[in-house]
Amino acid sequence: MGHFLYDLFYRTDVLLDAWRTAAHQSWAMRGWPVVILDVLFQLGWAAAAAVFLAVNALFIIWFERKLAARIQIRRGPNRVGPWGILQTLADTGKMLIKEDIIPDAADRGVFKAAPLMVLASTFLLFVVLPFGRGLVPADLNVGLLYFLAIGGLSVIGILAGGWASNNKYSLMGGMRSAAQIVSYEVPAVLTVLSIALLAGSLKLGDIVRAQPAFGYILLQPVGFLLFLTASNAEINRGPFDLPESDSELVSGFVTEYSAMRFAIFFLAEYTNLFLAGAFAATLFLGGWRGPLLPPVAWFLIKSYFVVFLLIWIRWTFPRLRVDHLMAFSWKVLLPLALANLFITAVLVKVL
Amino acid sequence: MRNVTFGNRDKMPPTARGTVPAATVVQPLPSASATSDEFLLNIGPQHPATHGVLRVVVTMDGEVVKDIVPHIGYVHRGLEKLFENRTYEQIIPFTDRTDYLSAIANNFAYVRGVEMLLGLEVPRKVEYMRVLMAELNRIASHLLWLAAYGLDMGAFTPFLYAFRDREEIVAMIEEASGGRLTTNYFRVGGFVHDLPKDFFARLRKFLARFGKALNELDTLLVENAIFVARTRGVGVIGKERAVSYGMTGPCLRASNAAFDVRRDMPYSIYPSLEFEIPVGRNGDTWDRSWVRIEEMRQSLAILRQAMEGFPEGEHRARAPRNIEPPAGEVYSAVEGPRGEIGFYIVSDGTRKPYRVKMRKPSFSNFSALPEILRGLKIADLVAVMGSLDLVVPEIDR
Repeated sequence: MGHFLYDLFYRTDVLLDAWRTAAHQSWAMRGWPVVILDVLFQLGWAAAAAVFLAVNALFIIWFERKLAARIQIRRGPNRVGPWGILQTLADTGKMLIKEDIIPDAADRGVFKAAPLMVLASTFLLFVVLPFGRGLVPADLNVGLLYFLAIGGLSVIGILAGGWASNNKYSLMGGMRSAAQIVSYEVPAVLTVLSIALLAGSLKLGDIVRAQPAFGYILLQPVGFLLFLTASNAEINRGPFDLPESDSELVSGFVTEYSAMRFAIFFLAEYTNLFLAGAFAATLFLGGWRGPLLPPVAWFLIKSYFVVFLLIWIRWTFPRLRVDHLMAFSWKVLLPLALANLFITAVLVKVL
Repeated sequence: MRNVTFGNRDKMPPTARGTVPAATVVQPLPSASATSDEFLLNIGPQHPATHGVLRVVVTMDGEVVKDIVPHIGYVHRGLEKLFENRTYEQIIPFTDRTDYLSAIANNFAYVRGVEMLLGLEVPRKVEYMRVLMAELNRIASHLLWLAAYGLDMGAFTPFLYAFRDREEIVAMIEEASGGRLTTNYFRVGGFVHDLPKDFFARLRKFLARFGKALNELDTLLVENAIFVARTRGVGVIGKERAVSYGMTGPCLRASNAAFDVRRDMPYSIYPSLEFEIPVGRNGDTWDRSWVRIEEMRQSLAILRQAMEGFPEGEHRARAPRNIEPPAGEVYSAVEGPRGEIGFYIVSDGTRKPYRVKMRKPSFSNFSALPEILRGLKIADLVAVMGSLDLVVPEIDR
């Protein structure tokens, strides 16, 4: 029993492998096609990711509201459940029963698809995210590329939403978002490249294992800051929240969205926040590795620590202007990322 | 660019269209030329950046502002006409409602005008109380501006910090007058109540703490690198243009024109107080912000002096029960938080004024907006509009 508990917390890879092998054998003995079993396994992963997505959103929205309240000398939600932790659930219920409004002039098909496109791109990122030893749906050998490629996909949904709303504010929000995500993708890619050089692999599992005990943050301090900034901009959060800036564009691409469609955008936004933290933790802070505590715990602690940093940044700074934003990416982040990559490459070759 | 339309008028059933004349459903807008990338953007009357029911129609070329047409009058109440049918005392609460953020400054200007008509001398203590109240009101108003401007610039946290400090002032004003915003505290010849007993204890506590809190706000928002980048050199209006638009208050002083009613058209006890008039260098958005922060510091100095020299005495002069000023006319101006607040009162010797004309700073400051904005970006539009510190009921009256 003790052995099983140890495996459950610390050697999930052993446990999962044993379980999968046993299942394979029994299916093969009965003469059933093993492919179906594999599909079932993947569906299981998808269900697990969906549950995590929902629970994480419930927690992280509450976490941000509480933290913002502390920063702003307020109390934050404190009525629904202990410490207001069920506030998000109540809000979700409200969203569900609200009227779903689609503007007359909207492009109905695209308008309906846009939130799902954004959520889908977010959801797909869970495929390569290692939560612990072996706790990853598919540790692709091009995991890093997959992360970068899929991470940039959300822009299509945002642009589609802004376009389909047929509202000038929404359109401008969507266009800003497209420009912003594409520009910040470049420094992010270059920063992540230096990680790939250090680890010698594009597989996220290998990158985690290749890191020294303290993670790559000490070898790549500039890279960590660059990645944090770029991913903060890519998930459209303050001070880079121009696509949905309240005071100018009246929430930008989500202006015309209400009820559940708005909630889906919201869910995707907060899941993206977690993912930004999770990938920063995986690439720079040693992922699930750490002493004493189980790997999953370490992974969540590190991810939410980065999330905490991002929330702190958001509630401190005013918003950038759109041209400053672009200039910042192309004139500051890009040269820094290039220099960082160059120095890393030279050092990796020499040492 | 795709043809973007307003509303759904064309899809309405014929009966619904028939009930309302088509011309009144959609207000005609100046049309942008079909060949260019220009388009019209309607901002307001329901838009978070207008801080009230104000509407501007902007001709945009991409994100660049080509032209801007302001539409005002959504909260016009015809106050000046109402004044002609009210007695002099009944007008005081109306002056509160022209600008809900500086009710005291408006009371001050009006009541002072009536006293000038009557030739009434007010006790020294009343003058001190008026200055105390007016400066507290100025700080509260500037703090609210800072809070709202922070929101405009996408910074939510300074909003709550500013409101924490403003709350202390509002609580003090409430204890003295009974009202938080529309105080209705002034009367011809003095005040409706004396100051409460613990007023000075609270004021002393506030003065001891607020200087530090102000520095904190200054660092958090106005000195922030992103804020400076967004406001430096943006929305510049030169000294001559600012004067010719009749701008007053911090907006004018930011343009390097040192005009302050408290110093240049002195009233009350201001000549005996020592304070400086902060003047900006370039007349840009950042200067307008900086001038307001500095003004709060100067107001603190004024409050300290007024508190030290506070005399004993009556809180109200012996004014006649029925106010019937002799026929004549008078212009009384004070320096409000937004600029020169003036009341031009014409008396025909009866209990009701023949005419009252209000000179309101937001109106003149707002009139310069199209000139300041031309050629800037839409994000600057919000930054510039916020920096003018507009109060819409004051524009419309």
